[in-house]
Amino acid sequence: MDVTHALAAGMGGIRTAGDLVARMQMSRGMRLTEAKRYVAERLGCSVGDLSDSYAMEQIRGEKGLGRILDHSNLHPGEPNAMMAKFRIAETLGITIPSVEKFKKLAGI
Amino acid sequence: METKIPTRMGDGSFTAMTRGELRADIEDATQLAARKAKTAPLTEDEQDHLLDIYASTACFTAVDIGDQVVLSCDGGGSKMTGTDILDLLESEQRLGQDILELWHIEYSYKAIKTILPHQQQTMQNAQLLLTAPIQYGAQPNLAFYSRPDGPCENWFELLPRAEIAAARAAIDEAMDYATKDFIFVGEGMLEAGADGMDFDTTGGAGDGDFFSTLRAVKHLREKYPTAGIEVGMAGEFVLGVHGELEWDGRRLAGLWPKGQLEVCQDAGVTLFGPAVNINTGKSCAWNTAHSLTVIKPCMDVARIPVHPNVGEGVCGVPVNGYPPEDAVSRAAKAHVEILRCDGL
Repeated sequence: MDVTHALAAGMGGIRTAGDLVARMQMSRGMRLTEAKRYVAERLGCSVGDLSDSYAMEQIRGEKGLGRILDHSNLHPGEPNAMMAKFRIAETLGITIPSVEKFKKLAGI
Repeated sequence: METKIPTRMGDGSFTAMTRGELRADIEDATQLAARKAKTAPLTEDEQDHLLDIYASTACFTAVDIGDQVVLSCDGGGSKMTGTDILDLLESEQRLGQDILELWHIEYSYKAIKTILPHQQQTMQNAQLLLTAPIQYGAQPNLAFYSRPDGPCENWFELLPRAEIAAARAAIDEAMDYATKDFIFVGEGMLEAGADGMDFDTTGGAGDGDFFSTLRAVKHLREKYPTAGIEVGMAGEFVLGVHGELEWDGRRLAGLWPKGQLEVCQDAGVTLFGPAVNINTGKSCAWNTAHSLTVIKPCMDVARIPVHPNVGEGVCGVPVNGYPPEDAVSRAAKAHVEILRCDGL
């Protein structure tokens, strides 16, 4: 069922900009249209690009926002996971709790 | 003679209906839902759109390119029970989930309280390995605070004996325990780095279940202004088990999704998930028309994202351990395209 929803209606998570739009819904309670516009503006792309895996693969790579990793598509030396979340917080202008916790516990 | 189209019943079984029969089901459902929820039926255009979705013989359907919405979930993505971080990684890397959820099989705040450090450590570790937002989810399950599972008198035993005052007192006592647990777990998980909290299947034990959750939401919102807080409902109608509970002067018993949304957003919720239960004896087209009619009034008053619960047995998705893809995708498309909702 989860796969069905992901294919039928989901933005695509980190394959596209689904996680970024989701962060604006969660942290600021933005409705979908507003959240998509906000993220597109911060990324300097069109709203249509946000759910296009072709466009977002390039944009995420350029900005270091984390990409899907598989055996034929690896990006060693590029930010992912926590490293990418530092950049996502800065790019979107939001506070990400796990990033703040990481800084505190790592003594940064 | 009209051609029969393969379609599904609310229990997931196949049936065959003509386009005319599907149209009749949609009209019947929206009229019934409108009468019950005291709202307007779907417009002719909306009914035509829904009919086109359900009168298709395609094995799968989807929203138009660019119309994709944010997916939140209750109980994880791939639901590989007991695998915690692997489940989350799979959901992020393979399913492309937008919002992930860490959960435990004891999916109840009362139970999670006893294993909070374990869940906090898992959340901290998961946050190091994942990029997408991770919320923590569990259910309020107020009934677990009544005997024999909990410390309070069992109001479901008191009510049939017409001991109304004693039942209400038992619910009041249970709500105090429950709200403390929700806050204890909520604060613990947000301090551990969770991006948000999910109160799933809220109202399952009636208005007391809902009230104790709203109190916890208000507390968490004041303490964590930017935390995501999702409230997903148990059903389309809040049962008045207590009957006298109010939120800011508004009686909770009997609230339909629009009213549920209004009290949720006033309390500080950031994602609202309406749920409309399936009638297994009716077609999926009937059930989806019913769901859309009941939820539609939310969309005009929403200040926060609305994510209808299109999980198993709600909002047009059949009651089945393995909901058929044709039925699930039709429910998803219908809710996104007709409601213009913010997510699922």
